Amino acid sequence: MPDKVRVQLTVNDTPHDLLVEPRTLLADLLRGELELTGTHVGCEQGVCGACTVLVDGTATRSCLVFAAQLDGAAVRTVESLAGADGTLHPLQQAFHENHGLQCGFCTPGMLMGACELLERTAAPEPDDVREALGGNLCRCTGYQNIVKSVCAAGVAMTAEKNGAQA
Amino acid sequence: MSTVEDRPTTATTGSPREGERRWIGRSVARKEDPKLLAGRATYVGDVTLPGMLHGAVLGSPHAHARIVSVDTSAAEAIPGVKAVLTGAQAAELVNPMPAFCAEPVPQTAVAIERVRYPGEAVAIVAATDRYIAEDACAAIRVEYEVLPAVVDPEAAMAPDAARIHETLDSNVAFHRVLDFGDVEGDLARAHTIVRTRARWHRMCASPMETAGAVASWNPFDKSMTVYSNSNFHNFLPWAFAGMLGVSTNRMRMIPCAVGGSFGSKHFITKVLAIAGALTKATGKPVQYMEDRVDNIAANDNVGCDRIYDAELALAEDGEMLGLTLKIVDDYGAYFQFAHGQHGNAMAQPTGPYRIGSLRYDVSCVLTNKVQQGFFRGAGADPGNFVLERLVDKASEVMGIDRAEIRRRNFIPPEQFPFKTPPGNVYDSGNYAAVLDRALELAGIDDWRAEQERLRAEGRYLGIGLATCQERTGYNASEWWFLYDNPPLPATSTPESVKLDVDAMGGVRVEVGCPLWGNSPETVVSQVVAEEFGIDPADVSVTYADSTTGAMSAGPGGSRLTIMLSGATRGAARTIRDKMIRIAAHAMEMDPADVECVDGTFRAKGAPGTSMSMADIGMRAQLFFHSTPEDESSGLVAVHTYDHPYSTPPSDDRKDMGAFYPMVSHACHIPIVEVDVETGVVTMRAYYAVNDCGTVMNPTLVEGQIVGGIVQGIGAALMEEYRYGEDGALDTPTFREYLMPSMHEVPEIVVEHLETPSPFTEYGVKGAGEGGRLVAPTAIASAIDDALKPLGTWVDELPMTPERIMNLIDGAGAGS
Repeated sequence: MPDKVRVQLTVNDTPHDLLVEPRTLLADLLRGELELTGTHVGCEQGVCGACTVLVDGTATRSCLVFAAQLDGAAVRTVESLAGADGTLHPLQQAFHENHGLQCGFCTPGMLMGACELLERTAAPEPDDVREALGGNLCRCTGYQNIVKSVCAAGVAMTAEKNGAQA
Repeated sequence: MSTVEDRPTTATTGSPREGERRWIGRSVARKEDPKLLAGRATYVGDVTLPGMLHGAVLGSPHAHARIVSVDTSAAEAIPGVKAVLTGAQAAELVNPMPAFCAEPVPQTAVAIERVRYPGEAVAIVAATDRYIAEDACAAIRVEYEVLPAVVDPEAAMAPDAARIHETLDSNVAFHRVLDFGDVEGDLARAHTIVRTRARWHRMCASPMETAGAVASWNPFDKSMTVYSNSNFHNFLPWAFAGMLGVSTNRMRMIPCAVGGSFGSKHFITKVLAIAGALTKATGKPVQYMEDRVDNIAANDNVGCDRIYDAELALAEDGEMLGLTLKIVDDYGAYFQFAHGQHGNAMAQPTGPYRIGSLRYDVSCVLTNKVQQGFFRGAGADPGNFVLERLVDKASEVMGIDRAEIRRRNFIPPEQFPFKTPPGNVYDSGNYAAVLDRALELAGIDDWRAEQERLRAEGRYLGIGLATCQERTGYNASEWWFLYDNPPLPATSTPESVKLDVDAMGGVRVEVGCPLWGNSPETVVSQVVAEEFGIDPADVSVTYADSTTGAMSAGPGGSRLTIMLSGATRGAARTIRDKMIRIAAHAMEMDPADVECVDGTFRAKGAPGTSMSMADIGMRAQLFFHSTPEDESSGLVAVHTYDHPYSTPPSDDRKDMGAFYPMVSHACHIPIVEVDVETGVVTMRAYYAVNDCGTVMNPTLVEGQIVGGIVQGIGAALMEEYRYGEDGALDTPTFREYLMPSMHEVPEIVVEHLETPSPFTEYGVKGAGEGGRLVAPTAIASAIDDALKPLGTWVDELPMTPERIMNLIDGAGAGS
């Protein structure tokens, strides 16, 4: 086995100083050593998007990235969204209110992909959502309510922001 | 022989009338959501036990081959590898997989001597991590003698075809012809007979989460604990124990959150056997999760793979007289579930129509492909496709409008309960009302105008129509009644819950079913809330493992809401009645004068005197001397709800009995546009009107229907297992096996009509499969409508761009 590689990265604002095998995928690092099992692996080839996380703010398939590539990176996973007291993030709340999930397996990937979109486009239209999340597969919902959820989150988060500024 | 008159008629006695219901029928927020949204639900892949190893599988690269030798020495030498097992070695640790078939088609989770489909396991490995386990698989050397692959199911039926199993005389594992009613007479007196040769290709359930198990063998007390995403942990745990070589009372199966199933995870005996063999070999817990390639190649989650020669006989006025179906079904290499998909289809082969006779001629053929399992629709999906295509063809040939020919043949509301030719009973329905509402909802006239406008531009818009049944709530007889001498003529499909009220009045419910992506917690909470008049948010719901004695056939056959509402209501009534007796005793009243309103037990008509749930809970737990003399302490009830209405098949199988009698109905109207240059079909809009009886939770039912419709779009346009001539699977990953994404989905509008079931609590029927049971044939109809000027006819699904172009070319060549 090749020598391990030192990687310093932050995950959900927690710094880690790790020795990883060069072939360890980010998804497996997160789910294994870091015990963040909210990130799910659906296909291991970048097609389904279930494993999507944010790497330096960019939605990224964690099954297609080696952990060793991420020295100095900031990773954000679904575990970063809800509060420790159980308060859902407005995006999660919107999925809850609009029945944007059923089995929940694709949901973390949808949420993280949507986080990136909402960062870029505060109040997305349905076509924006389809453009951003069109590569994420869901086998349960038929997508309609996912699109609705993300749009609703945009509205709610924008209103919250404006309210905070006012 | 059973008659419809035997049916229960009082299931809903005591039911609050619709207008009086507070929680049944409301879009109560889904209780399952927060943990799923937070990434905090425990799926089987999230389970970690101390010292746990990881399993991996080496699959066969060949469709059909003799295993000459397996050399595992290099694999065993890799540091971190703890066990490498060939089929023969695994067979010393676990038994062959249980099967429902009567025919001698033995199957082990890891192949011995011969592989019969591409991807069949040849060896399995346990190692300290999955990477090492897969390294080890790559280091195993297998020598194969490649045998001729049997790929085409009709060629497989030839007497001289290469045999898949030497234990059988032929690759036709099962053949039976059944006539119900006067088939010959109806054919003879028909004015018109329309025929089709239809093809429904194999597709797979493809839940986003694959199947998996964590098995932990305790060699000291010979017990085994298994975490998995199976659904049958509280239905057939003894069958799993038998396979794993564990005594039934030392086997504990723990359910996990399940990342979708769509019928594919009932049994999952392969992953259970693989994890089980590896934990026995190593004495350590072992997790085996299929990867996506394993899942597609070997999960047994493929649905039907059928060739139909079908005919519909009609009288001059368009009255449908008789239906004949000659079916060749490609079952793949094994026959674990026997012909259960045809027992299922037998629930509604004649659809919503008054068709008087049926001939069902089925051949189950074995080939070198992964075996059929269950996928949403479970055998009734191609049945709906073929029947509706025949009805459309009759409309075309006889010049009767397609809505009108359906209206003329619908079973009218006053004829329910209706006994179908094969014997199954339909409980209730109002099919014409559903059709009329769907036509209105779709705004057909506007779409016809749009179609005309686009045709002038050389564009092809099509308006589909299908009116189909969704049989819901199965009884186990469907598994075996096609046999005269079934190996396991089971008749139970129970569902149970345990409900208790604690000393502080808190209500807890433990369900026997797993969380399979549906909403058992929400449904149970709504029912408890209805019965006690409390807030569903205050009800706590947990999942029982297999040691609790909970009986649960779980989700499947669109049964769970029917069965859970029955079980929960039964338990709630038992406890509520006991609480009424305790409250009456305390308040020195007659129990008949006490009622439960808003979670308070009070004198009828005199709300001033009352006791809270907590008052009674504490009294029942701690104050034995202050409760009625014949009451035991505590407030705990287990209620098992059995199938609400089933009857056995007749010995001569002229009547299969009532086995799937809660029958929902839907009319779907998809709007498509076909690009005749590329063959691409674009979904423009979609309208569905559904009648699943009393709607338990409108938002959640709509979610099931929309999700099913989108799977139906996949079935209609893209999903298919394709095989090469050598039997190689050409669709081994999500890059080749295509499923709908957000880009393929139009706006889907769903409405409900409600014709309550007379058989169930609250009048609910199932709704889990309806979307996929209707959408494929509705979309086929839309494609035909679009291409009508070209004279094409869709009798094969999925209609990929290539097939559309072939259709167009064929029609052009023929004209």
